[in-house]
Amino acid sequence: MPKTAAGRKTETKSAKLSANGNNKTASKPEPDNDSAVTDVYDVEQAQAEYVKRRKSQLTAIKKLDKDLLGEMLYQMILGRLFERKCAEVYRMGKIGGFCHLYIGQEAIAVGSMMALKEGDYVLTSYRDHVQAMIAGITPEAVMAELYGKATGNVGGKGGSMHMFSKEKGFFGGHGIVGGQIGVGTGMAYAQKYKGTDNVTLCFFGEAAVNQGLFHESLNMAQLWKIPCIYICENNKYGMGTSQARAMSIANIAKKAEGYGMAGEFVDGMDVMAVREATLRAIERARKDGSPTLLEVRAYRYMGHSMSDPGKYRTTEEIKKYQQRDPIALFQDSLKEAKVFTDQDFEDFNAKAAAAVEAAVKFADESPFPDESELMTDVFAE
Amino acid sequence: MTIRDALNAALREELIRDENVFIIGEEVAEYDGAYKVTRGLWKEFGDKRVVDSPITELGFAGLGVGAAMAGLRPVVEFMTWNFSILAADQIINHAAKMYYMSGGQFNIPIVFRGPNGSAYQVSSQHSQALEAFYANFPGLKVVMPSTAADAKGLLKSAIRDDNPVIFLEQETMYGMKGEVPDDEDFTIPLGVADIKREGADCTIVARSFTVPQALKAAEQIQAEFGVSVEVVDPRTIKPLDIETIVNSVKKTNRLVIAEESHAFASVGAEISHQVMEHAFDYLDAPVKRISTAEAPMPYARNLEVAALPSVEKIVAAVREVCYL
Ligand SMILES: Cc1ncc(C[n+]2csc(CCOP(=O)(O)OP(=O)(O)O)c2C)c(N)n1
Ligand SMILES: [Mg+2]
Repeated sequence: MPKTAAGRKTETKSAKLSANGNNKTASKPEPDNDSAVTDVYDVEQAQAEYVKRRKSQLTAIKKLDKDLLGEMLYQMILGRLFERKCAEVYRMGKIGGFCHLYIGQEAIAVGSMMALKEGDYVLTSYRDHVQAMIAGITPEAVMAELYGKATGNVGGKGGSMHMFSKEKGFFGGHGIVGGQIGVGTGMAYAQKYKGTDNVTLCFFGEAAVNQGLFHESLNMAQLWKIPCIYICENNKYGMGTSQARAMSIANIAKKAEGYGMAGEFVDGMDVMAVREATLRAIERARKDGSPTLLEVRAYRYMGHSMSDPGKYRTTEEIKKYQQRDPIALFQDSLKEAKVFTDQDFEDFNAKAAAAVEAAVKFADESPFPDESELMTDVFAE
Repeated sequence: MTIRDALNAALREELIRDENVFIIGEEVAEYDGAYKVTRGLWKEFGDKRVVDSPITELGFAGLGVGAAMAGLRPVVEFMTWNFSILAADQIINHAAKMYYMSGGQFNIPIVFRGPNGSAYQVSSQHSQALEAFYANFPGLKVVMPSTAADAKGLLKSAIRDDNPVIFLEQETMYGMKGEVPDDEDFTIPLGVADIKREGADCTIVARSFTVPQALKAAEQIQAEFGVSVEVVDPRTIKPLDIETIVNSVKKTNRLVIAEESHAFASVGAEISHQVMEHAFDYLDAPVKRISTAEAPMPYARNLEVAALPSVEKIVAAVREVCYL
């Protein structure tokens, strides 16, 4: 039977029904075709959607606890300043190996992780400094790890790509593109197995979606109702390759339909939108283990890693996306909702800057690991 | 010419020579290669011959195997060999066994290439030397060049070979320079070792990363003790030119093997065994191996240095087998 446009629509509808009625909560209306979604990526259109949401967002902000809002903003600013400092000290030769920065994507980690509760788990890729700090690993421990010092988060064994904390429920920084998608699925499986209502947030980039493990994992997660929330951080590029050059469709959220899973597209420059989408996913997961795929679109301001000359995109493009800076947008809303003032923002900045300076000082003054550490931790005793 | 440029020249010449040759991998085209080995090739040869793939190692390795089965000669780049582990099924279960399983009907003329082993502080998941892993499977040839000339001559042979070839480069060596013949028909046959330094008193078998180290160690031993060390570089791990190694040991009566992989079940263990088989009576000391520590690679600079083979460690090993 030839595929007609109508036939295609029916297919979409039935898939949506099996996805827990998720379409009701989607942050934008279901598009008629994939190209409509590509357009949302356009800065103007994203901003237009944002303006439409703004009133309800301000109401939502006013309902939230002021301390929580302050902590959300503080973590975004801390993440930004911490990563800027990383770039600076990397150029001074203090940090070795690969170093991937998170600048531009702060709203994703903050909006989602700060919706979690005790006992929930988090894991991500090699772009992990900011997630690690939100999880509660101190800036000192993260920076000392980047310096390869004994006082680092994992004693200098892991470096930039491999932050971990059992105590804080942070299951790592993972270096193999997509590898953590399998691991995260298993973590959530264990949470359900143990009879908890906890969930796992599993972060990965849009390029990781092209790995087989993504598809294998989503199928199992939906089949067995595994409470994993898959957060695809779509920053438009995997190294120097744009999503358009590597993926046959533009709409990643839609891939959830192929597994009968709830999927949602989220504006990753809007921390409140990320928070709300994550809360919806958490509710599904806590109720009966249902997983969700969130495609959260943001933009990576810096190169892929510190060694990326970035010739594959223009300064104009970068500047365009920076017009919707997640920190600036959140501050505007907080001000408009009369939660914080410019003076408060300055205070947050000063506090974060001091924390970053303290982290660098701590890392600088810490010793390198003892050579005997080379052979420890190979096997659990 | 650098090793990087030598590899680039080999690829370029083979792309020109045979239109069935094409390159596929992550960032190989528009980005000029993550480590610039394919620099300029996409500009010169275009989308059909130099293909940027999604990050989908199992997928593009499989595509390469199928294309080879159907008559093309793919060169598949892994951004690093660490990521080949995702593609191991296509390499081992499919490429390596196809010719045998099909009763000699379908050979797989494919080259899998990219940097192997450590690179400055890239930590556990990005610092693995995988030659022993691949060399364990019948049907795969395994090549590890250590100089610019070898890199060019061996890569050209690998591309012309009718079998799957695992071609292991080393990131920290891409910038090393050496003389390279300009001749478009310059090739080095697979399976032939090269004596990188002649000597009479002790043999070091080194490959890839450890060859420059072994040469420096040999100089130091010569200067300090007046002992002459021979450095043998097998260049091809499989097939292994054991004859050249054995002949060297018969002359020097002592053997040190330096390798970047872990020691357990390594290529060095295999060489050591074969030398025992063929030259047991010639050995005046137990064979000594220098390998990477039996731990995943740590990030901290001082721990990484402690984990890896080094000139000092090789010098110490030579002194041990020579009782110096
Ligand atoms: C399996 C594997 N292949 C290739 C790489 C090299 N690599 C590291 S990050 C990256 C790009 C990943 O892009 P994306 O998933 O979009 O995440 P982002 O870096 O944008 O956060 C590549 C190709 C790797 N680490 N692992
Ligand atoms: Mg990306």
